Amino acid sequence: MSALLAVSGLSMRFGGLLAVDGVSFNVERDQVMAIIGPNGAGKTTVFNCISGFYRPTTGRVVLDGEPIDGLPSHQIARRGLVRTFQNVRLFKNMTVVENLLVSQHIQLVTNLWSGLVKTPGYRSAERHALERAAFWLDKVELLALANREAGNLAYGQQRRLEIARCMITNPKLLLLDEPAAGLNLQETRQLDRLIIELRQAHGVSVLLIEHDMSLVMGISDKVLVMEYGRPIAVGTPAEVRANPEVIRAYLGEA
Amino acid sequence: MRLYPLEALAAAVLTAVLTIPILGIDIVVDGPRITLTGEALPVLIAMAAVFVVRLFQEPLKTAIGWVRMDRLLPSPERMTAYRPMILTGLIVMALIWPFTVSRGAVDIATLALIYVMLGLGLNIVVGFAGLLDLGYVAFYAVGAYSYALLAQYFGLSFWTCLPVCVALAALTGCLLGFPVLRLRGDYLAIVTLGFGEIIRLLLNNLDQLTGGPDGIGNIPKPTLFGLEFARRPSQEGGVTFHDFFGLNYSGGDTVIFLFLLALALVLFTLFVINRLIRMPLGRAWEALREDEIACRSLGLNPTVIKLSAFTLGASFAGFAGAFFAARQGFINPESFTFIESAVVLAIVVLGGMGSQLGVILAAIALTVLPEVARQFAEYRMLIFGLVMVLMMIWRPQGLLPAARPRLKLPQ
Amino acid sequence: MADFLPQFLQQIINGLTLGSIYALIAIGYTMVYGIIGMINFAHGEIYMIGAYVGVIVITALAMLGLETIPLILLLTLAISILVTSCYGWTVERTAYRPLRGSPRLVPLISAIGMSIFLQNYVQLGQGARDVAMQPLITGGWRFGPEDGFQVYLSYMQVIIAVVTVVFMTLLTLFISRSRLGRACRACSQDREMANLLGIDTDRVIALTFVLGAALAAVAGVLVSLYYGLVNPFIGFIAGLKAFTAAVLGGIGSIPGAMLGGVVLGLTESFTSAYLSTEYKDVVAFSLLVLVLLFRPTGLLGKPDVEKV
Repeated sequence: MSALLAVSGLSMRFGGLLAVDGVSFNVERDQVMAIIGPNGAGKTTVFNCISGFYRPTTGRVVLDGEPIDGLPSHQIARRGLVRTFQNVRLFKNMTVVENLLVSQHIQLVTNLWSGLVKTPGYRSAERHALERAAFWLDKVELLALANREAGNLAYGQQRRLEIARCMITNPKLLLLDEPAAGLNLQETRQLDRLIIELRQAHGVSVLLIEHDMSLVMGISDKVLVMEYGRPIAVGTPAEVRANPEVIRAYLGEA
Repeated sequence: MRLYPLEALAAAVLTAVLTIPILGIDIVVDGPRITLTGEALPVLIAMAAVFVVRLFQEPLKTAIGWVRMDRLLPSPERMTAYRPMILTGLIVMALIWPFTVSRGAVDIATLALIYVMLGLGLNIVVGFAGLLDLGYVAFYAVGAYSYALLAQYFGLSFWTCLPVCVALAALTGCLLGFPVLRLRGDYLAIVTLGFGEIIRLLLNNLDQLTGGPDGIGNIPKPTLFGLEFARRPSQEGGVTFHDFFGLNYSGGDTVIFLFLLALALVLFTLFVINRLIRMPLGRAWEALREDEIACRSLGLNPTVIKLSAFTLGASFAGFAGAFFAARQGFINPESFTFIESAVVLAIVVLGGMGSQLGVILAAIALTVLPEVARQFAEYRMLIFGLVMVLMMIWRPQGLLPAARPRLKLPQ
Repeated sequence: MADFLPQFLQQIINGLTLGSIYALIAIGYTMVYGIIGMINFAHGEIYMIGAYVGVIVITALAMLGLETIPLILLLTLAISILVTSCYGWTVERTAYRPLRGSPRLVPLISAIGMSIFLQNYVQLGQGARDVAMQPLITGGWRFGPEDGFQVYLSYMQVIIAVVTVVFMTLLTLFISRSRLGRACRACSQDREMANLLGIDTDRVIALTFVLGAALAAVAGVLVSLYYGLVNPFIGFIAGLKAFTAAVLGGIGSIPGAMLGGVVLGLTESFTSAYLSTEYKDVVAFSLLVLVLLFRPTGLLGKPDVEKV
């Protein structure tokens, strides 16, 4: 079976700066893959290119057999590729539940007339949306905070909500940009378990950018190491850890 | 208590520099020549006021801290609980009240209702979707002029024209919105402002079609199931309301009829908007206002969502515009200047962006207060401007911000 | 046909004159936008106040019996610059600074409120009617054949051009050579970084507003001399048009504001002459809309990549 995500020859140029240079990798189905590298290596830029927030200068991105490079971000999201951001981007003035209802927008009845007269179809769609929201809130342990404004949650809770928000769209591929940033040890372990569960129980592949090595080495099936916009190593965590290029990139020349 | 004499002095001097040319010196037109006279009093008053405020800024700040708006005004949660009660109360009052007061009062109230419609409509665009539309008056004008023209050239009645006016306003909203919606907030504001001005200038200059600065007159009033509110029927075979019910004609009845009609239109507007904001579309508007990038990452198409807010907001302006034309009987471009857009914006800002009840009360306040305080009429816009600035500094969420809905989750 | 070239030349002269005015006002918009990313809606009103002060000072000097024109001009410019700079500073301090860091819509609405406030404040203080002033500088040169269309270049137009060039040069020198100017440029590129490096960003922002106001004052004085007419409403339209010029040239770019001003002035002049005077405003606003739709970065601006 073909890879879920196939990236080939991806590069991104900003004026004189080549932020990403010739990145190619595949993410298989039910796989957790991590992209690591020193700051400024271009990891988030790769994310932005894949998810349609930047238009890559060159390269091909194929999701589940369909090319998606050049598509606008919302269309890529509809095709099953959703992402989180380095800074938490919740709808802060809306409640936790509302955040989860909005993300189901695509799956809901948005027909004006149905909503105005509240047809049975509309009502059941709304009820179903609330049920799904409840399901995911329970899964990320935020059910008790359902009606709290998202901006009033603790940081770790916000991060979990972000993931729940992504998952409720039934994605094929989940892109997490530094999901463990700012989390304490316990929260990181929680995240660990959550990602594994997402992969196993919900059939979603995860591509993450991370600096937290325990997370990377612990749960990733595959790791891509980038430096200065270029890939310098790819393989299993064990392979990558032993790679001299990687050691040099992180620790400098001996 | 620490006083700030030096700062106060500096502030007073600055005030002098600012106010002398504008308030202190009067330009006297003396035939073809102009001369100047001086008037020290306003300047001295301003200087004194600024001096005192700056001098005592510490105690004043503490005092203001005591009078916190949060304590004065009911919290959003309380408002949500009382809201149905308040609304029902208002509606009942509104049905009984016009029969008990003077004709002038009812007339003003009708005007207030028009602004309520406009405020609720702009609230969709600015309050919910977060798009700063400064040219809202353009859709108002489209509604008004389309009714006037349809009545003039085709002799169509108000009720026939109403859906057409709304559709035309919506279409204008779509056409204006589509190219403009990928612009960032500030640019969007200026471009919509530009559009508003373009529409006004076109209305002024296309004399043949719109009557130019003279406008269009003889716009027929709405009828009640074909019964006209006039002394005599305008056409052969027409029946007036009073003839039908065997009453004596009274101009006051027309005014009350228009008020009740406006009330019906407002209730319809409220109903529709209330539904809209609880629908996926309404949630999408708010999400868009909160974080457009997050929206895109979840598959929401920002352009379509913005366009829907713009178009629906425009429809309500068209709604109000058609009624405005019918009530006035006469319209000209002067009613559709930028100031109107600014007033409606002030209503939304004052009431609380996204708060229906707040907007309603603000519209009523901003319409009724200038009438009640007639002697301050020339200060009206000055106070508007000041209030807008002060609201942004002290309470940007508005006087009565709405609370988030509490949703019950199935267990 | 023989008249076409001289008429064309006349429109160019008129257009450049108008363009200079727009350019002077546009710089205020572009500098403020470049440094805090906000449209100063009240800037048009600052210009209007500058015009009023110009009228007042000229009249006052005439009443005092002063007759030497260069001195009158200098004093008027100086006093108007002083007063409007104070207005510019005060507006920033009271209506914008407390809102720095608020969501985008908030300072924008405050700016609109300030604009309405200032316009009505002047209206109350000076009346809503037009104030017409006796032209101070009259006369000019005529070129062309006796019997055909004569191109008229008034002394006032030359003065406008010269004054504009002088102030633009002063501004450019200040921005590129002086320490404060460098601080301005640093702040407009990366305010946080500039702050971390020890630049007092509050002062720099205040300075930006003051500089913009000063140039608006110059424009106001020149306009009051050129047209001899002021009223409290000239700020609104001029402001919109100057903003158009700033966007046309590329918002955030000072040379862009100058270029945009000239282009807009010429466009308006030609529209007025060859199409109709009534539609010149429509054309100006349409130009704004078109630029924002098709080339939002303007002629000299750089494309803006949104950081995600």
